[in-house]
Amino acid sequence: MMASTSRTAAAGRSGARRRRGTGGVAVNIPMILLLCYFFLPLFWLVVSATKTNSQLFSSFGLWFADGFSLPQNLRAVFTQDNGVFLRWLLNTVLYAGVSAIGATVLAACAGYAISRLEFTGRRVYFAVVMGTVMVPTTALTIPTYLVMSKVGLINTPLAVILPSVISPLGLYLMTVFTRDAIPVSLLEAARIDGASEYRIFLRIAAPQLGPGLVTVFLLTLVATWNNYFLPLIMLSDPKWYPITLGLASWNTQAAAGNATQALFSVVITGALVSIIPLIVAFVLLQRYWQSGVTLGAVKD
Amino acid sequence: MATSTRAAGLASIGEWRRLRSRNLAARRASRRRRTQERRAGLVLAAPFAILFLLTFLVPLGYAFWTSLFQDRLVGGSVFVGLGSYTKAFKDPLLWSGLLRMVKFGAIQVPLILGLALICALIMDSGVGRLRKVFRVGIFLPYAVPSVVAALMWGYLYGPTFGPFTQVAHAIGVSAPTFLTSAHILPSLANVAMWEYTGYNAIILFAGLRSISPELYEAAALDGAGQFQIAWRIKLPALRPTLLLTLIFAVIGTFQYFAEPQIFTALAPDVITPSFTPNLYAYNLAFTGQQYSYAAAVSFVLGLVVVIASSVVIWASSRERKA
Repeated sequence: MMASTSRTAAAGRSGARRRRGTGGVAVNIPMILLLCYFFLPLFWLVVSATKTNSQLFSSFGLWFADGFSLPQNLRAVFTQDNGVFLRWLLNTVLYAGVSAIGATVLAACAGYAISRLEFTGRRVYFAVVMGTVMVPTTALTIPTYLVMSKVGLINTPLAVILPSVISPLGLYLMTVFTRDAIPVSLLEAARIDGASEYRIFLRIAAPQLGPGLVTVFLLTLVATWNNYFLPLIMLSDPKWYPITLGLASWNTQAAAGNATQALFSVVITGALVSIIPLIVAFVLLQRYWQSGVTLGAVKD
Repeated sequence: MATSTRAAGLASIGEWRRLRSRNLAARRASRRRRTQERRAGLVLAAPFAILFLLTFLVPLGYAFWTSLFQDRLVGGSVFVGLGSYTKAFKDPLLWSGLLRMVKFGAIQVPLILGLALICALIMDSGVGRLRKVFRVGIFLPYAVPSVVAALMWGYLYGPTFGPFTQVAHAIGVSAPTFLTSAHILPSLANVAMWEYTGYNAIILFAGLRSISPELYEAAALDGAGQFQIAWRIKLPALRPTLLLTLIFAVIGTFQYFAEPQIFTALAPDVITPSFTPNLYAYNLAFTGQQYSYAAAVSFVLGLVVVIASSVVIWASSRERKA
C-alpha cells in the first residue's frame, strides 16, 4: 500500500519534471561515465573469458583477442579437478537456498509473534535480538567456529547454514512489515469467528506479508551466496566449498604459479559463470529488490 | 396465581443464572483466547529464539569462557582470567590494524556515500531509458561476491596483464603502482566503492522518493532551481537515511576481510597477516592455532565496532539538537 502510493507520487513528480525537460547533458554525461565505471570490471571479465591463458598476457585487457576460446574455457572450468566446479555451484545453491528459506520462515514467525501476539517476555526477546544488530557478524564467526568444532559440525553444510538462518535484521524487517500490513482489527475479527491462532497466521497474516517475505528471502540469499568468511572458517574439505571459496582457492594456486597448468583463464571464466545466476535474478526480480532492499532502511 | 408468580420468579432466576453463565462463559472464552494467543506467540517465536541462542549467545559465552584460558605448550590449558584482553589491548599488531581501518574508512566512507548520493540524486531527477539502465547497472555489483570483485580488480590492477599497465606501457609512461604500501588503501577503497555504491544509492534513492512532492512544488514556485532544491530540500530530508548508511559503512569497514585476503596473493609484502583486525583474528586462529587469543581479539573488535557506531549515532543526535 505505502509503496504503491509513494510510487504514484514519484511517477507524478517525474512526469511533471519530464514536462519541464530538466536533465539533459548535465545529468546524462555523469550517468554514462558512472555506468562505464560500474561496467568496466564486468566487461573486462566477459572479454577475458573468451581468451586463452596466454592471450590474457599478450593481448590488450579491455578488448577481444583473435579467436573465441570461451567454449574451451568453459570446458576447462567444469572439468578442472574432476569437475568440482559444478559441485561448488550446487553447494552454493544449497547453502543459499536453505538459508534464505530458513531465515525467511524463522523471521516471519518470530516477527509476527513479537508485533501481534501478547506473550510473556516478548519485549525482552526483541530487545536482546536488536541489541546484537550492531555486533559485527565476522566478530561472531570465530566464536561460532569454536562451538561448532566442540559439537563436531565443522566441515558439514550445517556449519554454514545454521549461522546464516538467523538474521536479526530480517526479524526487525518482519516486525515492521507485520505492523504495516496486518491491522489488529483483522486479527480480532478472525478470532471472534473462532479461527485458531495458527490458522490466522497461516491463512490471514502470511499472505499479507508477501513483499516482506520476498525481501528477507532476497537479502539472505544474496548474503549467503556471496559469503566468504564463514565458509572459509567452517569448511576445510574442498568438496563442501561454496563457489566463492572454490574460486579463491583456484586463484591462490594460479597466483602461486606452481600449478601444473595455467589457471588464470579457468579462474576468470569460473568467476563469470558464478555471477551469472544472481545477475539474472537481479534483473528479473528488479521490482522486488527495489522496494525490498530499501523498505527497512527508510521506515524508521 | 401463586404458582405463576413462583414460575415467573423461577424464570427470572433461571434467566439470571443463564445470563451469568453466559457472561462467565464469555469471560472464560476470552481468557482461553488469551492463553491461546500467549501459547501461539511462544510457539512461533521459539524456533528463532532457539537458533539465536545457539548461534549468537552460546558462541559469545563459550568464546568468552575460552578466552579466559591460554593454551600452553607445556601444561595444557591454563586459566589466565582477563589476561588475553590485557594482551590484546597492548597488542601493537591489533592496534595498527584498527588504525589502518580508521584511515581506510576515512578514505572509503566519504567516497562511497558521496558517490551514492550523486547517483541517488541522478535517479531522482527524472525518468527515461538511460536512467532505467543506470538504476540496474549501478546495482549489479551488489550481486557480485566480494571475492569475485577482488579477483577482477586484482587482475585489473595487476602489473603483468592489467589493462592500466598495458595502457601506460603503450603510451610510454611508467605504469601506475596500485599494490604498493603507499597506494594499497586507495586501491582497496576503489574496490569497496565499486561494490557498495549502488546498494547505498538505492537506499538513498528510496529516502528521496519518500519526500513529499508538495515541497518541490512550493520551492519551484519560490523560484528555486534544481541544484537549490537538491541542496536545501533533498539533503536535509535525507539526513536519517544518510545516518543509517553511514552506520552500516562504519560497521562494514571494521569487518574488512575478503578483499585484502584475496589481495594477499598479489601483494604478500604489503598485506601482512595483521593488515586488518579480522585478518589478524583469522590468522591467529587458523595459522597460529591461538584460538583463545583469536576469540579475545574478535571480542575487542566487536567492542570497537559497537563503540564506533554508537559514537556516530551520538554525534549525529547531538548535532541535530545544536
